[in-house]
Amino acid sequence: MSAILKIRDLRKVYEGGFEALKGVTLDIEEGEILALLGPNGAGKTTLISTLCGITEPTSGTATVGGYDIKTQYRQARGMIGLVPQEINLEPFSYVGANLHFSRGLFGKPRDDAKVEDVLRKLALWDKRASRVRELSGGMKRRVLIGKALAHEPKVLFLDEPTAGVDVALRKEMWDVVADLKAAGVTIILTTHYIEEAEAMADRVAVIRDGEILMVERTADLMQRLGRKDLTIELREPLTAIPEPLSGYDLCLGEDGLSLTYSYDTQADRTGIAGLMSALSEAGIVLKDLHTRQSSLEEIFVGLVEEKGAPA
Amino acid sequence: MNLRAVQAIYVNEMSRFFRTIGQSFISPVISTSLYFVVFGAAIGSRIETVEGVSYGAFIVPGLIMLSVIMQSISNASFGMYFPKFVGTVFELLSAPVNFLEIVLGFVGAAATKALFIGVVILGTAAVFVDLSILHPLAMVAFLVLTCLAFSLMGFIIGIWAKNFEQLQLVPLLIVTPLVFLGGSFYSTSMLPPVWQTVTHFNPVFYLISGFRWAFFGVADVAVGWSLLAIAAFFAICLTIVWQIFRTGWRLRD
Repeated sequence: MSAILKIRDLRKVYEGGFEALKGVTLDIEEGEILALLGPNGAGKTTLISTLCGITEPTSGTATVGGYDIKTQYRQARGMIGLVPQEINLEPFSYVGANLHFSRGLFGKPRDDAKVEDVLRKLALWDKRASRVRELSGGMKRRVLIGKALAHEPKVLFLDEPTAGVDVALRKEMWDVVADLKAAGVTIILTTHYIEEAEAMADRVAVIRDGEILMVERTADLMQRLGRKDLTIELREPLTAIPEPLSGYDLCLGEDGLSLTYSYDTQADRTGIAGLMSALSEAGIVLKDLHTRQSSLEEIFVGLVEEKGAPA
Repeated sequence: MNLRAVQAIYVNEMSRFFRTIGQSFISPVISTSLYFVVFGAAIGSRIETVEGVSYGAFIVPGLIMLSVIMQSISNASFGMYFPKFVGTVFELLSAPVNFLEIVLGFVGAAATKALFIGVVILGTAAVFVDLSILHPLAMVAFLVLTCLAFSLMGFIIGIWAKNFEQLQLVPLLIVTPLVFLGGSFYSTSMLPPVWQTVTHFNPVFYLISGFRWAFFGVADVAVGWSLLAIAAFFAICLTIVWQIFRTGWRLRD
């Protein structure tokens, strides 16, 4: 696979001196879903806006499909579809006309079949003659996606597609994204919901204070940084951790009925076997055992705290 | 040149106009009729002729100019401000279009609407007074150029405005006085000499004078000056728009 989007040392300093992007370098592979994760104000939207031509970069370059976003903006922008974070739609306009307008704006000839296809995929075909203001919030969001898809882009930016969206609709959005990926569209999505990145993204890029902290395959990231917690439930309560177990990093539950052991899944020796024999030697009777893998959210929080020395 | 984008913007802007075509048609008919009742019949009956033209007919060019200028500005400024207000401007900025294509779409649509109003007023006026147009080609040229030039100005106001109050500010505080004091309803030769001189600094005066010349062959200044004035105004507006898009002023961060 080759990179469809190449970002090189992209910087953005806003008037007033705020540095929103501090030299972002990133390659995005054709056909992948990349989740851009970061706290509020990390620079996610600035990065997207800069790539789409809404914000002028201060320095650095970026190409889309080999076309420079500044010098060959027509070709570059023609390949991009953008779904903004805010629901930006003309309230009195009609759904179908909205898609035709977007398609025309991107220089594509009118194509009723194509627009119908997009509307059907987004379950909006019945609403084609409705005014935007008559639609629910979820439908409006889908109209935005429809507008972004109307000109058949190769790269789709989804800026927080499920912010403020209920659970059912969020799942629906995920399905839409999965269909697009199947159709070969490269997708870059920003999100606060870690589970979203975990569920959909091939790779995760973590951005903070305008810098990409890391880019990694979602599965690798989970594994590499993933810690597991082993919780041991006890038959008899303990008042303190017995001496033979003091060599293990154990945490006694408040009720004295559980012990939690944290370990690194990637370590050569997890220490579980030793712990088990130590437990039986100490005469502690187990009731149950279970392990829990830390979520991407915990990984993310850990990463941001670790790398983010206070400014 | 992304002509499809120009077409898309133009059609989108015109569709708003067609949604309210009734209002668009009725309001100029009513206001023109009112002007004729008040100025033409009530006041005009006490004024015999102005420079050999009956007062009722004399005010027609000024009346058309007044509406066309105001309509051009309000259509174009609203057309450009509205996407900023509802946030849809992101799409224009992220589309593969250059400034000229955006301007052609918005200004073309705003000018078309204003031209339509101008024609409606002309038709309504013809019901009230005997009208002869001495130089019809020149008349059309002045009308179209005025529509385009003031739509460009409105487009600039639409980009500049940060709220609806500012959108009204320039038309209300600057354009209305310029149009009224530009000889819409009188010949400047009727003014005291000092005010005649002041009038010569009013760009709208040249437009109305030239437009009136196209109708009746009489003008306050030579028609060449009128053409020059509108060409200069057009060029200034176009340069400003070009600069706005080059720098991204109030459009791009």
